[in-house]
Amino acid sequence: MPTLENTTQEVLTLAEQHFKLEPGSLSPTDDFFKKLGIDSLQTLELLSRLENHFNIELPDYEVQGVSDFKTLAERIQSRL
Amino acid sequence: MLDLTEYSSVGAALKDAVEKFAKETCLIEADREREKDRLSYAEFNARAHSLARAMQDAGFSVADRASIIMTNQSKWLISAYAIFFSGGVLVPLDYKLTPVEQWQLLQHSGAKILITEYPIWRQLATSPARADATTLQTVLVSEAPPSADLSGAHRWEAFRNASAPPQFAPRERKDIASIVYSSGTGGRPKGCMMTHENYLEQCVALTSLYPFWPGVRYLSILPTNHAIDFMVGFFGPFTCGACVVHLRTLRPEFVREAFTKYKITYVSLVPLVLKNLQKGLQARFAELPPGKRKIFDRLVAINKTLTKPHPRLWLSRGLLKQVHAAFGGELRAIIVGGAFTEPQTLQFFYDLGIPVANGYGLTEAGTAITVNDLNPFRADTVGKPLPGMEVKIVDPAPDGVGEVYVRSKTVMSGYLKDPELTAETIVDGWLRTGDLGQFDLQGHLHLSGRKKNMIVTEEGKNIYPEDIESVFESLAVKEFCVFAANYVWPKRTMVGEQLILAIHLENNQAFTEELKHDIAARNSRLLNYKRIHGIVVYPEDFPRTASLKIKRYDLATLLAKLDRDHVILPL
Repeated sequence: MPTLENTTQEVLTLAEQHFKLEPGSLSPTDDFFKKLGIDSLQTLELLSRLENHFNIELPDYEVQGVSDFKTLAERIQSRL
Repeated sequence: MLDLTEYSSVGAALKDAVEKFAKETCLIEADREREKDRLSYAEFNARAHSLARAMQDAGFSVADRASIIMTNQSKWLISAYAIFFSGGVLVPLDYKLTPVEQWQLLQHSGAKILITEYPIWRQLATSPARADATTLQTVLVSEAPPSADLSGAHRWEAFRNASAPPQFAPRERKDIASIVYSSGTGGRPKGCMMTHENYLEQCVALTSLYPFWPGVRYLSILPTNHAIDFMVGFFGPFTCGACVVHLRTLRPEFVREAFTKYKITYVSLVPLVLKNLQKGLQARFAELPPGKRKIFDRLVAINKTLTKPHPRLWLSRGLLKQVHAAFGGELRAIIVGGAFTEPQTLQFFYDLGIPVANGYGLTEAGTAITVNDLNPFRADTVGKPLPGMEVKIVDPAPDGVGEVYVRSKTVMSGYLKDPELTAETIVDGWLRTGDLGQFDLQGHLHLSGRKKNMIVTEEGKNIYPEDIESVFESLAVKEFCVFAANYVWPKRTMVGEQLILAIHLENNQAFTEELKHDIAARNSRLLNYKRIHGIVVYPEDFPRTASLKIKRYDLATLLAKLDRDHVILPL
């Protein structure tokens, strides 16, 4: 199983690809609503992409209130 | 449907409904492509009864308050019925509030029982604000993992007593049925005390225009704590034997699938989502080969002509088969609410043969005050007053616009623990909405803005931000909002008032000369006294409610922290 650090890095890389950002432009503690300027519908799109990548299901209620990549990666890690 | 004029409480009406429609399906709950639950009214009744009995055993009695903080799901409605059956007062809270805000409102409401979901409880339980909630005695938590530490709470699923029937508690029409917070998490909670009569009367009025019956399927997307979904996603359909469909995920792909899978009849949406839907459809239409596109446009034009006097659903479904098939083929109307919807969006859907029930209301007035009766469809108004609503325009300006006052059996009895605010808001039986509007000759209400967020020009003209926002529709920014500058940065003056456009750019978007020119060009389309005078580029997301409405006051408060003299870019 990958480590939390690896999962976090993968989440960041996928988010950078999804939103067409330079590699390395996101960090684990970034608030993705503020940093990416995305709305709730765009967040749902990113979640779908992460689910496909990690081959898991992330229920909406699991990510309710989550706004930084680190916590998001933790929620993903717990389901790997 | 039941004849609600004969009932004295929400609980009594629901009690008869679950017996009358026992064999009908009342709830479907789906998580992605999986159907998790499907309940008949009889099964719903059994689950609510055993819960009600356990609550009563725990000391919950008549007029006690119980709060629900849950996402839209079947347990929300089962719990609500158990509360009403026991004669309790429901306190529905927004699940998107922070734990501190939720604890604040729980304490303010005096809730004795809290019914919530594990992911929400996980955050509530560890919040330091928990210590302030002194009235709370029992917490029920649904869907907790087997090994979870519930921190003193009970499992919703196990909190049951099926060995004895619960005691039904009759209530009178004037008694409080629920306390709904319309706002006030910033310090002065506005807990609207809604009576049983409020709900019974509102339901009669709404279903006279938009009826439900057994077989109707309502897709519940707006939060159920919100007045609209509570009425059209619970009380309305239940008293008519209809079915409510809940989705545990709101990912667009699964919402789309639900329309076709469950043959949805009605859905309620906020304007933001409706607009998103419009964008998606427009993108698909743009991909049609030129020949097909021409035929499609012609069919839309024919539909538009033939449905001008009133909707003709069968005709529209025949003419524009594929569009209607994408919505399941049985959609009768999209109910839109919570914020002002742009007329062009309403017209777009109506031209496709999908009526949008646009209206106007506020929690204090018991959900809706006016609704478009589709006879004929009007995209430029918020419709006519519902039956039983007296609406008047007070202190109209020379142009006819004044504050909207409402008197009706649906108006709340007052704000909880705030007689002063109640006295300011309900005057001689009339609810002062704080909204401004006027009636046209056909009796349709046109809204012009909020009372406080407005300007008066030196020529004596009143300008309302909402009135001019439509000129900035589809501006290439993430979101925008118009303010009276003096509303944001209060100034004790009646002259030199100006409007500003607050914009929030897309990620990585720069404020370019091109954008500025676009804003200036649009601005010039307005009459000179209606034009904005400056732009404020705000770097963060606009605060929005759970129903995605921009919190204008909160946004103004955030903008007010900026230095007025430096932050306004002149146009």
